[in-house]
Amino acid sequence: MSLVSEGANFRGPLGTAGLAEPSLATVGDYIALMKPRVMSLVVFTALVGLAVAPGHLHPVTGFTALLCIAVGAGAAGALNMWYDADIDAVMTRTARRPVPMGRVLPGEALAFGLTLAGFSVVTLGLLVNWLAAGLLAFTIFFYVAVYTVWLKRSSAQNIVIGGAAGAVPPMIGWAAATGSLTLEPIVLFLIIFFWTPPHFWALALYRTEDYARAGIPMLPVVAGDISTRRQILLYTAILVPLGIAPWLLGYAGALYGITALAAGAIMMALGCQVLREQRPAERACRNLFAFSILYLFLLFAVLLVDRGWGGLIARLAT
Amino acid sequence: MTIGIAMNERHDDDGIVLTEAQKRARRSRSIAIALALAVLVILFYVMTLVKGPGVLMRPI
Repeated sequence: MSLVSEGANFRGPLGTAGLAEPSLATVGDYIALMKPRVMSLVVFTALVGLAVAPGHLHPVTGFTALLCIAVGAGAAGALNMWYDADIDAVMTRTARRPVPMGRVLPGEALAFGLTLAGFSVVTLGLLVNWLAAGLLAFTIFFYVAVYTVWLKRSSAQNIVIGGAAGAVPPMIGWAAATGSLTLEPIVLFLIIFFWTPPHFWALALYRTEDYARAGIPMLPVVAGDISTRRQILLYTAILVPLGIAPWLLGYAGALYGITALAAGAIMMALGCQVLREQRPAERACRNLFAFSILYLFLLFAVLLVDRGWGGLIARLAT
Repeated sequence: MTIGIAMNERHDDDGIVLTEAQKRARRSRSIAIALALAVLVILFYVMTLVKGPGVLMRPI
């Protein structure tokens, strides 16, 4: 909290503002607390992990696993919004979230997040398996305690290390389907892990002032523009071969291989453009940010079609 | 503080009196909680059927 010194007129993490009006929070506000857009990406990558996993899984069990993962991701989002309400209030992109807007009190967001976290982990453990539940609990803990509370306000490597939380869902899906972990879900984890820095740093490059005002030590704020652009290209250079790895390791077919090669080439080209671009120009950063979303979606969607879809249909049929 | 004082005064008279908007918001939240609990009950029921008799055979 110490980094945020000015601009944030806020009650504090537990919402100790004294008596407040009875809540006007709607169901929509609580849904917004769960970060539905992030949740949809989490569910999608978990679905791919679940679908490409070998063996038989009852569709109801698969649905239950995805529901628990979605709720767990929502819990992490709510706890993040509870703790980060002070910095959300001073950032343009986040100022209209329910807690900084005062529609949901911080204490209510905390209670909501903790309740969802507890229910999602215990339900996944009881109804699916405890390995998947343990991974979900670890993910929520990592996102909230390690990323939100510790790294986000103290380290320029915040989204690199913290990105691990967003990369675990395919492993949870795989663990839900098989009760174990192998190299394949770890490769999927690594793809998302190395995708996160170029994605978020591209955004941070054209939102640098926003992050600086909120006191968040994002790489462009701390290390500067040029250093960040070099780091983006470095991480993209690691990401692209990892994106092709499922094909090279024989986990996916030619369709996936061609897609990963083509999309990887575009990512590299955009990464080079970002390196060449000079401030205040930001077009290359915006292009990389937008395409990185499509890149991850394409890779996982094609993997689902190429590898998992047949298996998923067979499972539903049996 | 103004809000706090105003509410204390209302406490003395009729307790907390909710506005129509607050009542509507509370009702929608209550319905959402009820639905979530119903989904949880149905989920446990269906999953018990899916797992079959094996659900009772757990190591003590």
